[in-house]
Amino acid sequence: MSTVLDSKIPAGPLKDKWDNYKNTIKLVNPANKRKHTVLVVGTGLAGGSAAATLAELGYNVKSFCIQDSPRRAHSIAAQGGINAAKNYPNDGDTVWRLFYDTIKGGDYRSREANVHRLAQVSNNIIDQCVAQGVPFAREYGGLLDNRSFGGAQVSRTFYARGQTGQQLLLGAYQAMSRQIGAGNIEMLSRREMLDLVVVDGKARGIITRNLVTGEYERHFGDAVLLCTGGYGNVYYLSTNAKNSNVTAAWRCHKRGAYFANPCYTQIHPTCIPVSGDYQSKLTLMSESLRNDGRVWVPKKQGDDRHPQDIPEEDRDYYLERRYPSFGNLVPRDVASRNAKMATDEGRGVGETGLAVYLDFADSIKRLGRDVIEARYGNLFEMYERITGENPYEVPMRIFPAVHYTMGGLWVDYELQSNVPGLFVLGEANFSDHGANRLGASALMQGLADGYFVIPYTLGNYIAGNSFSAITGNEEAFNEAESAADARIQKLLSIQGTKTVTEFHRELGQIIWDQVGMSRTASGLRTAIDQVSALREEFWQNVRVPGEPTTYNKNLEFAGRVADFLELGELMARDALEREESCGGHFREEHQSAEGEAMRKDEDFTHVSAWQHTESGHVLHKENLDFENVQLTTRSYK
Amino acid sequence: MANSMNITLKVWRQAGPDVKGGFETYQVPDANAHMSFLELLDVLNEQLIKEGNDPVEFDHDCREGICGSCGVVIDGVAHGPQKRTACCQLHMRHYRDGDTIVIEPWRAEGFPIIKDLVVDRSAFDRIIASGGYISANTGAAQDANSLPIAKADADLAMDYATCIGCGACVAACPNASASLFTAAKIAQLSLLPQGDPERKTRVKSMVDQMAEEGFGDCSNHAECEAVCPKGISISSISRMRREYVKAMTD
Ligand SMILES: Cc1cc2nc3c(=O)[nH]c(=O)nc-3n(C[C@H](O)[C@H](O)[C@H](O)COP(=O)(O)OP(=O)(O)OC[C@H]3O[C@@H](n4cnc5c(N)ncnc54)[C@H](O)[C@@H]3O)c2cc1C
Ligand code: SF4
Ligand code: FES
Repeated sequence: MSTVLDSKIPAGPLKDKWDNYKNTIKLVNPANKRKHTVLVVGTGLAGGSAAATLAELGYNVKSFCIQDSPRRAHSIAAQGGINAAKNYPNDGDTVWRLFYDTIKGGDYRSREANVHRLAQVSNNIIDQCVAQGVPFAREYGGLLDNRSFGGAQVSRTFYARGQTGQQLLLGAYQAMSRQIGAGNIEMLSRREMLDLVVVDGKARGIITRNLVTGEYERHFGDAVLLCTGGYGNVYYLSTNAKNSNVTAAWRCHKRGAYFANPCYTQIHPTCIPVSGDYQSKLTLMSESLRNDGRVWVPKKQGDDRHPQDIPEEDRDYYLERRYPSFGNLVPRDVASRNAKMATDEGRGVGETGLAVYLDFADSIKRLGRDVIEARYGNLFEMYERITGENPYEVPMRIFPAVHYTMGGLWVDYELQSNVPGLFVLGEANFSDHGANRLGASALMQGLADGYFVIPYTLGNYIAGNSFSAITGNEEAFNEAESAADARIQKLLSIQGTKTVTEFHRELGQIIWDQVGMSRTASGLRTAIDQVSALREEFWQNVRVPGEPTTYNKNLEFAGRVADFLELGELMARDALEREESCGGHFREEHQSAEGEAMRKDEDFTHVSAWQHTESGHVLHKENLDFENVQLTTRSYK
Repeated sequence: MANSMNITLKVWRQAGPDVKGGFETYQVPDANAHMSFLELLDVLNEQLIKEGNDPVEFDHDCREGICGSCGVVIDGVAHGPQKRTACCQLHMRHYRDGDTIVIEPWRAEGFPIIKDLVVDRSAFDRIIASGGYISANTGAAQDANSLPIAKADADLAMDYATCIGCGACVAACPNASASLFTAAKIAQLSLLPQGDPERKTRVKSMVDQMAEEGFGDCSNHAECEAVCPKGISISSISRMRREYVKAMTD
């Protein structure tokens, strides 16, 4: 039966909610913290910062990651920067503006109270990272430098060259390492969480597989923090790292946690185009490039002249033309959709026609090559390495690619899912970005969740609950471990004719075509049928090589693709159900005469949270109440 | 097709940590100049799986040269022929149709082999855990701009901070020393005022831990700098030495 979900938003005016919450929560006696074990799955910005902070507070922490070291989590790849409302440039930024931009950028599909809290703690994040020795970019006076990013008219983005995620993650990793050295965190790398264990209605443990030996392990404690990142790899080709997956979240979903807004996915406008069918992933070029690069295509269809031979009057700087006030800095969804429109009209460039130009010639003329090099040197280098072309001389070719998933497990204000004791942080939850995320705000959210939110909300949960003694031998553990093993045995026993990668590619193509930048009811219905047929074929015809007891990447990937094959169908269902266009979710049936997205606030100002049941998915709703901002049509004109 | 190429691969295969390994030769007839090196291995693996054989295990994740997961010795050079490039960012346009390429894992006492091209680099984590951090509990920080840092220092600290922990420096070093990796972190933190309070204990513990993990000493071959995908300079090692001497003599 469908219910209305309670997000547990604290009382009081928006700006006081977080303080009110902190003033009234229960606290854990410092001497008792050591007795509470917390399982933190994932070591990206969310998990790394949470594990370090909870260990500093005295909790007994166990951390898990797939890679051989916590430092390699996917967060490492973030390039552009992290937002904060410091207003160091004195250009009029405030906590309110950061809040407002994020709500507006999310197309009014996120929760006011969460987003406001995020904006409030954003400043603490920068302070914390600097104290850890994160080498952010600085001005000649020695103070921190800022840049601007899509969807904002102030400069509020802090950065460390084109490697902001790396430096922030290394900060969190080092803080974690300090606690590992001190014996407060037990780090278990090369582990994959395969199931959540719920005992007496509370999340109390997980089943992991040691990826080197294949052994199953049972870990238990008083709470589980899921910090396992996003599900963009359902598209096969995405900018996510190859190990990024939905498995941990999906297994929690199958144990009762609701999956919210799965159809909200973000397609990033500035990626290096696909070059061939062997392509294994896509590379993002930070959107900070749009500060100085101008996007254009030829005015005429099929104009295959060299870009330098196309004179100004034959070029269409379509973003500047259609959105004069934001120009090349419109939000991601708008930029991506416009690129698709240009290529659909046959005005795409490059060998495949699936690309548009991002041109730096004017900026180089205006600022000099050295300034451009200082700003984007490593990105230009990366582009040249991949494409063999020099972007100082020839305009870059770019095309949208899947980049981020706003959907994820449903959580309340405390970041707790509907399964008590299961908290979800970072990209794995759905909470702060609505239907579209603004640039430089995922790093902010991951670190806000881990450094500044969970220490309070977890404490409130632990202090307010009692925990029966467990040993890991309870029936729930036995059942979960046998189920995990049965799946692995099944995958290895099929020995069909198609590889895991072949299935993954096919799935990705279906989702990209039908649940990508633009969606229709009939396309979504097709996708549901195609994905379910593919899933059936997978379980009859997949070929997984090797042994369960040695390092076996294909076996790992097989399990993840199996879960993507279930998630993909739910994404299409969610997209079908949402009869409006909002943010990254564009339904062709719901657009204005000029092709702009049209929301339907009277029917869809809610979160769609899906419950998994034996007989199928059930939809629950959380109504979004806007008490502080007025819903308007996003306009970047 | 003009871009297509036929490549022969000689790949180190080793079923597990304690078994003997050896080279196997494979043919990839449909390689392509635009492929990345790891995509070439993907194509080989798809081929092997279809033929009923076990694929070649290798570590990888970001495929953008930033996570430090990938790393193999290609024709005797850690990460292969292109300077300042991790092997995931190496593209086949650097090879010609008909080439033979030899691929091996990192070889060093500190990095035991797990399977095929996959090695255990957890020693690096233990080196960082021994002191490669600044002790700053969450919540206690002052305003970020209250401590200006000269741009030149911040930039140099950033140069050292870009190490991805891949281990190529160890693989390339005749002594299998982890000096470049360890020194990069020490140099970064020694350039920042925040790193000052712990500078002496940090360098001592990290250098000790490096030795304990079985990595050799540095005798200035500079092979590490030559293969480092991030161009970490061996000036970091002189800094580490200076820090060490200062820590021991005060
Ligand atoms: C190329 C790129 C550039 C980006 N640039 C920016 C940017 O400039 N600014 C910005 O704000 N955002 C950026 N983003 C988005 C941002 O990087 C991510 O949203 C964010 O880093 C996610 O952090 P996380 O901690 O939630 O998860 P992740 O960093 O994805 O970490 C997931 C962790 O979970 C572990 N894990 C996953 N599944 C399991 C399992 N089953 N068992 C055990 N462990 C598991 C993994 O090993 C890993 O440790 C970028 C994203 C990409 C792809
Ligand atoms: S110093 Fe260079 S080669 Fe060594 S681990 Fe760091 S990035 Fe790799
Ligand atoms: S795969 Fe990440 S550095 Fe190569």
